[in-house]
Amino acid sequence: METNATQRNQQFLKRALIACGAMFLFGFACVPLYRIACVHVLGIKLDAQAAGGAKVAALAADPSRWVTVQFVGSVNSTLAWHFAPEKVSVRVHPGVLSEAWFDATNIAPKAIVGNAVPSIAPKTASLYFNKTECFCFTEQVLQAGESRRMPLKFIVDPQLPRDVDTLTLSYTFYNNELATKKLAEQAVTGAIIRDREDQKVAVPSRTL
Amino acid sequence: MAIHAAAHYADHAQDDHHNHKPHGFFNRWVFSTNHKDIGTLYLIFAFIMACVGAAFSGVIRTELMKPGLQFVQPYFFNQMTTMHALVMIFGAIMPAFVGLANWMIPLQIGAPDMALPRMNNWSFWILPFAFTILLSTLFMPGGAPAGGWTMYPPLAIQGGNSVAFLVFSVHLMGISSIMGAINIIATILNMRAPGMDLLKMPIFVWSWLITAFLLIAVMPVLAGAVTMLLTDKYFGTSFFNAAGGGDPVMFQHIFWFFGHPEVYIMILPAFGIVSEIIPTFSRKPLFGYQAMVFAIASIAFLSFIVWGHHMFTVGMPLGGELYFMYATMLIAVPTGVKVFNWVSTMWGGSMSFETPMLWAISFVILFTIGGFSGLMLALVPADFQYQDTYFVVAHFHYVLVTGALFAIIGAIYYWWPKWTGRMYNETWAKVHFWWSMVFVNVLFFPQHFLGLAGMPRRIPDYNVAFADWNLVSTIGAYGMFLTPIMMFLILRRSLKSGAPATMHVWEGTHGLEWTVPSPAPFHTFETPPVIHDEDLAHGDITH
Repeated sequence: METNATQRNQQFLKRALIACGAMFLFGFACVPLYRIACVHVLGIKLDAQAAGGAKVAALAADPSRWVTVQFVGSVNSTLAWHFAPEKVSVRVHPGVLSEAWFDATNIAPKAIVGNAVPSIAPKTASLYFNKTECFCFTEQVLQAGESRRMPLKFIVDPQLPRDVDTLTLSYTFYNNELATKKLAEQAVTGAIIRDREDQKVAVPSRTL
Repeated sequence: MAIHAAAHYADHAQDDHHNHKPHGFFNRWVFSTNHKDIGTLYLIFAFIMACVGAAFSGVIRTELMKPGLQFVQPYFFNQMTTMHALVMIFGAIMPAFVGLANWMIPLQIGAPDMALPRMNNWSFWILPFAFTILLSTLFMPGGAPAGGWTMYPPLAIQGGNSVAFLVFSVHLMGISSIMGAINIIATILNMRAPGMDLLKMPIFVWSWLITAFLLIAVMPVLAGAVTMLLTDKYFGTSFFNAAGGGDPVMFQHIFWFFGHPEVYIMILPAFGIVSEIIPTFSRKPLFGYQAMVFAIASIAFLSFIVWGHHMFTVGMPLGGELYFMYATMLIAVPTGVKVFNWVSTMWGGSMSFETPMLWAISFVILFTIGGFSGLMLALVPADFQYQDTYFVVAHFHYVLVTGALFAIIGAIYYWWPKWTGRMYNETWAKVHFWWSMVFVNVLFFPQHFLGLAGMPRRIPDYNVAFADWNLVSTIGAYGMFLTPIMMFLILRRSLKSGAPATMHVWEGTHGLEWTVPSPAPFHTFETPPVIHDEDLAHGDITH
């Protein structure tokens, strides 16, 4: 009886620890699980990808309807950039490819890599907003003091629900700290290599 | 049965006198494997932590007494709100419940001790270290964590290195809770006296069995979430970092998958306690025992599928909001079953109002108020207004202070004579109760008004429009700060000069814990008791 209970206790202890380990991993597994659920079950767009040419071509222009698209540009507090849309609002026809420009300036004394994260309001409209070209698809590198005009090409799906007549597209630029650090390291090693090459060139010239 | 047990202990009076207690303070307490001593340690620890947490809330309420900044700097205020919550949740409420479980579960199911006594020692002694780590951050450069106990990134990891200390202390608290939970389940499943069937167990044991499963399921998830915070801050991962392709809202999903079951971890044992106290002083069996067990189990199940109601405003799809709203409101059904069953237990009973009963009845009333404000918060359109206001603060203090804490205090007054063999001064204990009852409502009820008027949480300064009710709330807080002192004095006097307690202590008691002498000997039920169904609270009750 006594040893029996001890055995059962040990057995339960093992099972419970396995359950704990599984739940610990479950916390991490939530990251891919949510991604799968969003993309494949709930139909939420997660990845910033350019809309394909075929998809865009299939959208018929609807000149009878106007949609106002507003732009908001902001930077995260850890990013020393100025960033703003050139025009805060445009009126477009659904199904017509349109263009907007954003300006970014690096006011820091070093090169910084930034990533822009988009957000669309109202959120139900995000499925109907297609970008064929966007600075948010890639990392943006700005050297110290550099300014850049960045394009955005978009097309609003004519299927957009009729009660939506204004879309707000907001971009927040974040400091991509990892990429910025890598860039700084490359700059340093690049400088060292250049120095060495200078010396290689310099030394023979002196001996001659 | 009871007489037989008393005779058994009388025969062994010689042994019991020595009680086989280990000699020396260090041996007895630091190396303890005895469930009663470890239960005592947990309860003392919880009391100290409750006082520390109360001191933090003292800073908060003093700053909020008047509009404007007059007492502390905003950053320190934020540290206080964060630390108050962490200390009260993980340091006071949860250890107090584990302490009660340690003391009472073996006594209630006729087991000689907990199933894994050495692990029991370990799970307690981790806690002082965990809280030393956490509280030490107050004295470090940069101060304690200040981003709220929910640790939302990116704010939480923008602080100093207190993040690392916070994460490690949460890991330790998690390990402690998990080991405690494993021990409790193993004890309940494997150590019951012959004849103590699952559906004859006292309801407190049932509530803890289910709570322990919740702990095993969610504490590791919290450990995973804070580990991701740690690697995001120090090791360059981007789980929650938008710049690196992560998502800060992901943290909220993982955190509340832990967080919602956690709030039931802090209330289910309280349900168990109240379901013990009310039948005793109503002199009637608990109404609907099996329904109570099923209600606890269904609340526990529902707690896993409603986490989204903590994050209605993050930009969730309409379908998600509707689902989480209805699922949350579904919880009101089993909770309502419990409240009606407590009332039905009292109905037609021969009631008397000793101190534990007063705490239990006030629990039923005030917890129900907290439950109702919870239902209001569950409504999506209303929640957009209530989100992050003092209404939320009022809600969870009604369920955690007048819910969990009142039940714990009631449990201490209920079982204290069994633990110590001494009665306490009933008059002073009732003063303690009525004083708490008045001031806890003065403290928290006005916070409903403040929240509905739009006063935000976690802000040290506020619009002058909120001044009056904040002053009232602070007066209530100052009244409440006297209550731990009262309780300490009442219990100390009881230990020194209280009248001896009888074996049954109260008139209407049923169950195995009342068949051992008062104070309960150091070792009990070393040979399993012979169980007679009519002596158990639910032995021969079939509903």
